[in-house]
Amino acid sequence: MMIDGTEDEEKFLAAGIAGLQQNSFYMHRALDSNNLRDALKYSAQMLSELRTSKLSPHKYYELYMRAFDQLRKLEMFFEEETRRGCSIIDLYELVQHAGNILPRLYLLCTVGSVYIKSKEAPAKDVLKDLVEMCRGIQNPVRGLFLRSYLSQVSKDKLPDIGSEYEGDADTVSDAVEFVLQNFTEMNKLWVRMQHQGPSREKEKREKERNELRDLVGKNLHVLSQIEGVDLEMYKDVVLPRVLEQVVNCKDELAQFYLMDCIIQVFPDEYHLQTLDVLLGAYPQLQSSVDIKTVLSQLMERLSNYAASSAEVLPEFLQVEAFSKLSNAIGKVIEAQPDMPTAGVVTLYSSLLTFTLHVHPDRLDYADQVLGACVKNLSGKGKIEDKKATKQIVALLSAPLEKYNDIMTALKLSNYPHVMEFLDVPTNKVMATVIIQSIMKNGTRISTSDKVESLFELIKGLIKDSDGTPDDELDEDDFKEEQNSVARLIQMFYNDDPEEMLKIIETVRKHILTGGPKRLPFTVPPLMFSSLKLVRQLQGQSQSQEENPFGDDASTSPKKIFQLLNQTIETLSGVLAPELALQLCLQCAEAANDCELEPVAYEFFTQAYILYEEEISDSRAQVTAIHLIIGTLQRMHVFGVENRDTLTHKATGYSAKLLKKPDQCRAVYACSHLFWVDDHDNMKDGERVLLCLKRALRIANAAQQMANAARGSTGSVMLFIEILNKYLYFFEKGNPQVTVAAIQGLIELIMNEMQSDTATPDPSADAFLATTMRYIQFQKQKGGTVGEKYEPIKV
Amino acid sequence: MNYLLGAFKPACNVLISFNDGKNRKQVPFKKENGQTVTVPLFHSQENIAGKITIEPMQGKKIDHNGIKVELLGQIEMYFDRGNFYDFTSLVRELDVPGEIYERKTYPFEFSTVEMPYETYNGVNVRLRYVLKVTINRGYAGSIIEYQDFVVRNYSPLPQINNSIKMEVGIEDCLHIEFEYNKSKYHLKDVIIGKIYFLLVRIKIKNMDLEIRRRESTGSGTNTHVETETLAKFELMDGAPVRGESIPIRLFLSPYELTPTHHNINNKFSVKYFLNLVLVDEEDRRYFKQQEITMYRLQETS
Repeated sequence: MMIDGTEDEEKFLAAGIAGLQQNSFYMHRALDSNNLRDALKYSAQMLSELRTSKLSPHKYYELYMRAFDQLRKLEMFFEEETRRGCSIIDLYELVQHAGNILPRLYLLCTVGSVYIKSKEAPAKDVLKDLVEMCRGIQNPVRGLFLRSYLSQVSKDKLPDIGSEYEGDADTVSDAVEFVLQNFTEMNKLWVRMQHQGPSREKEKREKERNELRDLVGKNLHVLSQIEGVDLEMYKDVVLPRVLEQVVNCKDELAQFYLMDCIIQVFPDEYHLQTLDVLLGAYPQLQSSVDIKTVLSQLMERLSNYAASSAEVLPEFLQVEAFSKLSNAIGKVIEAQPDMPTAGVVTLYSSLLTFTLHVHPDRLDYADQVLGACVKNLSGKGKIEDKKATKQIVALLSAPLEKYNDIMTALKLSNYPHVMEFLDVPTNKVMATVIIQSIMKNGTRISTSDKVESLFELIKGLIKDSDGTPDDELDEDDFKEEQNSVARLIQMFYNDDPEEMLKIIETVRKHILTGGPKRLPFTVPPLMFSSLKLVRQLQGQSQSQEENPFGDDASTSPKKIFQLLNQTIETLSGVLAPELALQLCLQCAEAANDCELEPVAYEFFTQAYILYEEEISDSRAQVTAIHLIIGTLQRMHVFGVENRDTLTHKATGYSAKLLKKPDQCRAVYACSHLFWVDDHDNMKDGERVLLCLKRALRIANAAQQMANAARGSTGSVMLFIEILNKYLYFFEKGNPQVTVAAIQGLIELIMNEMQSDTATPDPSADAFLATTMRYIQFQKQKGGTVGEKYEPIKV
Repeated sequence: MNYLLGAFKPACNVLISFNDGKNRKQVPFKKENGQTVTVPLFHSQENIAGKITIEPMQGKKIDHNGIKVELLGQIEMYFDRGNFYDFTSLVRELDVPGEIYERKTYPFEFSTVEMPYETYNGVNVRLRYVLKVTINRGYAGSIIEYQDFVVRNYSPLPQINNSIKMEVGIEDCLHIEFEYNKSKYHLKDVIIGKIYFLLVRIKIKNMDLEIRRRESTGSGTNTHVETETLAKFELMDGAPVRGESIPIRLFLSPYELTPTHHNINNKFSVKYFLNLVLVDEEDRRYFKQQEITMYRLQETS
């Protein structure tokens, strides 16, 4: 239109308001002096301002509201006028003398309102006349506002049931008829808007139309407020008529909005009872209409309705709501081949939610929904569209949320098929969701079948998908995922050992396909749950006191250990030797508890081999050696020979560590291998002392090396540590550890600390002081211990 | 009128009054000088009776050659100004020649006067009824006094009154069907009807219904036709689409209409038309004119 449209619009609006105010001023003057003719004249002039075509609906509304206020006053005047004896019929004619149609009709509606109130004519006749006369306004914006004015002034005067305007001649059907007609006309005007004006302004027009939609929708609201619109009338008259209009208008915006309106304004119960009709309309809508949203909203409403009270559920069954909705969705999808995948999935997702609310007991329904979804998605391959995948996740999450139980979801045979449509990352997300659901609810998965199907669901996490490189995957995300898988494995549990073994075998089968990156995460939980089973068996066999580990028993610790052995081997093959070593030691200990010497020995052998062949990092070696020593110390199952071999090896490894302090510490730790408290046959004081002396030598060497390399002696820490070992064995009663030896060591430490070259080390000082205090304390304790310590001089 | 003589030197006052003047309906009447006065209303075949009072000025006497009262029905064409055509002329002699010294009253009566035509005040023509009192004075010029009155005649309800129904259009452009409920309307009637749009290919802005009056005067080559639009009534605002039907309800009472007149005394005719006008966005007008017959109906009240 103009270069600067909005600014001009403001000007037009201002001019319109000014004109309106001026005329309303004269109108008021006429009203005050009871001058009917002038009142009519000026009100018509005032209303003429509404004839403008220059305002956008938004601004027009502003003008309309001002006129509306004035008309209220005029209406009051008309009422008074009739009370003063002016015939309402004459008045009704008089206002129709106005030459311009728009003011004429506004006045007519205003007088009409008074006319109905006067009850001099049946309300229905007046209403019918008004709604007919309003046809004269064919301009969409002006027509919509006029009719909305009509709707506004008439809504409290409809011959509704129980209303004072109801009578022999006026029934609620007249009221309904009136509103429906006004609705139909308004919708026509509204739809027509889009065709008027140049096509380049289409977008602007759509926006303007959107602003006006509530004027149209208001009629539906009025209908829903009519007391007399009961289910029967709704079913027979209201809905068919409204739908007819919606379908026939063939307008995307209107269809979407009005369908939504219908769903929102009328009671759920009505929807339920008219599902056939309502759903029948959907496939007839324009293909560009966003049906999925509307239909989803319907299902959401119905779901909420079902959830609101258990009493309504039978209604749902009675009308076969599920199958109707399901059919309708099928038809809609068929009718709209262009519907994006996201839309299709949204529909199914809503239907599923509905089913879960209404028929929580009918898993087969839920499965049907998923099946239908699969059918519709088939042939589309992996879905790339972000929105669609999001919807699929929502679809799949719904049953989990509803049942809080993965077991139920596992019963849905189509569940994994739906998951297959997800792309790799989303599939993983979904798998994580499933796992989280299990974790949150603490669901125990207790049969191997279920485990099997569960793994089927989360296989995105279990193994690499074919041909998809995993490189882009974030390291942290990966860890997170695998940790959740690890947690999941812990949730598999069955009291029955046989079943549990089956579960373990299943899990093993699956996780072994996971590739080198996953195994370090997944194997440990498997190991531990296996070991748990071992201990359980052990407990049982002890209580039952029968031949516990007969080879013929299907579930024996031996068998499990074999399994574990193989598993660990796979792990060592994938460059996780440290982990493998740790697991070996765990197994060895478990075997120890089961008194299975060969098995334990085998595991130790493996651990040693791993240490020798695979662990080359010095730090890792230190950790490993301490683990080996610690475990070995606790082993009681070995015979002398085996034990000797193993301890000898361990001591040997210790002495071969790279760094002197590490060597020293490992060696003095080895001393414990020869002194096991509860086993007298494993107390070899001489070798303990040998170890300690060797440690001292190494400490000395370390000191000298430090002196040579840096020019100052290092810390005396190692000596103090060794002193503590001496004291330990001294106290344990090792005859080889003598007071003299301890005394010598203390002196050595003192000398070292006072030497000029010593670097002050506060932690060493503190450690020594504590050690000394301990000796003092033991001395003062008296008794045998005190006596023992007595000779030591501090 | 020849007021000049009387006004110049009014020798006497002439007063014309009707017997039933108090009860008779008075209607507004526009005089030729533009003033509106109220005058009594008569119908054809009525008795027109009354009194004429002559009151000489103080201390004056009037010599006269006789006094008469005439009832005249006149048609006046404006292009032929000053030339009256009397289609009715009745005379009553009131007095023989003599002298009047004091106030004197003469009763008069025209019984069952045939007044077939209605008073009419048009653009080019006027039809009027008047009572003319003449006091003949040979030497000083006659004293003449006029009294206008209005004649209206009622028509019975027409026996046949068909609706007007018609389909018109411009090929591939606009096609409408319209209907007016009658072809003959009385003056206080309501025109009810509707317009049905069969085809709309133009962008219509609005639609009006006009009432037009066509007055034709004279005859032959000397015919003058004058058309006036008496009413412009908006029927529709905005552009309709195919299938829309727009209601018509036009009350005729607010407009100053007269009955249709056919060839009144071979002098003039007055016809009425309904003109349906559609205006498109480029302000082009599309219209269709239909004649309707107007008649005066006896008012029941």
